[in-house]
Amino acid sequence: MSEANTHGTTASAGSAPLTPVLTRRWLSPESWSLRTYEQLEGYTALRTALAAHPDQITELVKSAGLRGRGGAGFPSGVKWGFMPKERSRPHYLVINADEGEPGTCKDVPLMMADPHSLIEGCVIAAYAMRANHCMIYVRGEALHCIRRLHHAVREAYEAGYLGRNILDSGFDLDVVVHAGAGAYICGEETALLDSLEGKRGQPRLKPPFPAQAGLYSCPTTVNNVETIASVPYIVNGGAEWFRSMGREKSPGPKIFSLSGHVERPGQYEAPMGTTLRELLDLAGGMKDGVPLKFWTPGGSSTPLFTADHLDVPLDFEGATEAGSMLGTTALMIFNETVSVPWAVMKWTQFYEHESCGKCTPCREGCFWMAQVLERMVAGRGTEEDIDTLLDVCDNVLGRSFCALGDGAVSPITSGIKYFREEFLALCESNRGQDNTQDRESALAGVAR
Amino acid sequence: MTEQFDYTRTEHVLDPSGPTPAEHAGSDADVFDERVRAEAGAIIERYPDSRSALLPMLHLVQSVQGCVTTEGMRFCAEQLALSTAEVNAVVTFYTMYKREPCGKYLVSVCTNTLCAAMGGDETYRALSEELGVGHEETAGTPGSEGSVTLEHAECLAACDFAPVMQVNYEYFDHQTAERALETVRALRRGEPPHPTRGAPLTDFKDTERQLAGFFDGPGAREGATASASAPETVRGAELARQEGWTAPPMPDEVDLPPVPDTK
Repeated sequence: MSEANTHGTTASAGSAPLTPVLTRRWLSPESWSLRTYEQLEGYTALRTALAAHPDQITELVKSAGLRGRGGAGFPSGVKWGFMPKERSRPHYLVINADEGEPGTCKDVPLMMADPHSLIEGCVIAAYAMRANHCMIYVRGEALHCIRRLHHAVREAYEAGYLGRNILDSGFDLDVVVHAGAGAYICGEETALLDSLEGKRGQPRLKPPFPAQAGLYSCPTTVNNVETIASVPYIVNGGAEWFRSMGREKSPGPKIFSLSGHVERPGQYEAPMGTTLRELLDLAGGMKDGVPLKFWTPGGSSTPLFTADHLDVPLDFEGATEAGSMLGTTALMIFNETVSVPWAVMKWTQFYEHESCGKCTPCREGCFWMAQVLERMVAGRGTEEDIDTLLDVCDNVLGRSFCALGDGAVSPITSGIKYFREEFLALCESNRGQDNTQDRESALAGVAR
Repeated sequence: MTEQFDYTRTEHVLDPSGPTPAEHAGSDADVFDERVRAEAGAIIERYPDSRSALLPMLHLVQSVQGCVTTEGMRFCAEQLALSTAEVNAVVTFYTMYKREPCGKYLVSVCTNTLCAAMGGDETYRALSEELGVGHEETAGTPGSEGSVTLEHAECLAACDFAPVMQVNYEYFDHQTAERALETVRALRRGEPPHPTRGAPLTDFKDTERQLAGFFDGPGAREGATASASAPETVRGAELARQEGWTAPPMPDEVDLPPVPDTK
């Protein structure tokens, strides 16, 4: 199939604008309880999976084309396939529930409303990867989620879906719900593993990849909540059914999280490749009719889009081709009352706070970029500051130890690309003035 | 010489025998009694490797003392056969471990970009003024009824409810400065309002006990939290129901792919 053809047609030409799969149960009373879950086909996929060969499950997930919902979009079945087949060492499945990317708010509601779908997915995935231990690393601030998950895990143990000899299959699985302690970087999979080992959450050098040496140096797969929660549906519906939604290379339904200046913010589960124009239409349009100015397709680490990108198909290919990334489909929507340099400054302050300090480009780069932006927003910037920012961005992007540094430059470079005149306007009052002295003193000292 | 002085101060803080300012939380050797030790042991039991217990154990320490004191670090170090310095390195990395005693209520206002643009910054300023404190500072005597610690938080993963605030990590959605002030004044009076979602507020220490993985204390009962899903959470699902939109039906029978050939 030609490239153009692949991208030009949606596999879901005839499907509805919203395709509730993961979110379908959320409307049911006490949707988080085992009773409701079992009434609505819960734990039926588990029986099918446990009756199959583990490798059949991995093959199924591969052929369904499920891609990681945590932001990177790596094919999940391929990732599972990296796990060794022999069990010479313990295997681990780790769930990344450290949802913290600004704008991202899909996993927390999923775990609150339907924790058993995650647990069922964990058992199936662990079976496929021959893992007898699963850790769910939830960010500590999500207390209500942690409570719900803990309760659901206990219910699952009591019902025989977890523990020894699950449903008489001979397969054992223990699940531990682990609360984090407040560190964005722990959403990076290797930093998460260090954190789970009781250390400072700093990323590890790859290779070795977690499938070779992950948790406790044993074969490990780290998957996002939404990814794993999709697995039971794939087992029940099959690869072809899953591919009947979304697009050729990014199949399936996806939870789009609309936030900000929209009439009806919230979680909308639609086929991959749905556009912001379509989603805005479903969400009642811009709040009070104030026009759209900029938005993120998938959190603050994905370069900004503008009103010119309303028709970009939101899947992994579509977002990338338009110059951004799909990320976590966290659509933060800002109207024209919001200053771009201010928003970029706020995000940069976030990255400065969350940079783990391990590598120099990110640690120093975020620190200085935040200061330059603060100075500009305070009206003390110059045109040169824009070049300085872009120069520093150039030294952070691709030169940092992990993706946090890459994410940190996204709002800055895209903000300047689309809204340079706003940055220039901030410098207007300083044009032609000799403020070299001021600038030098700001750069020389570390005092803030 | 200044450096030498700083070094000495650091040593003093880390010195196991010396008291620290944080220890006015009424800590003595008895604070970590048999019960706490047994619970620390239970945390270790959850993991294949004992060091994994450190993060939850530090939450347990906070459930006892309302912050992580030097003594708390020493306690963890002893349980896990680590040095106090190793524990200290971890404590200082994570924002949820407080080095000063926390109020009965920890108020966290999201001031990340989206919440800030929608009023979060204004809310934070209003609360700071009302309480007369800044980031990670406490109004009232820490631990006593009505004591409130204020902090500004990064994205709290509830952006569809923006601007948001948390009290003891329970969500208060759609916070204007006025609504947040009302909440905080009620907290100061010792009359905690019910969060928009989650369990009734009790005490920061009870919250930390749950984060350590113990759900037997006040505020941890699932039954008390069985409110319906929030409108924002089910927006798409509700709209689809109204419109009769569904995902394509699943086939009755699904064939799994064959077991791949192992080469």
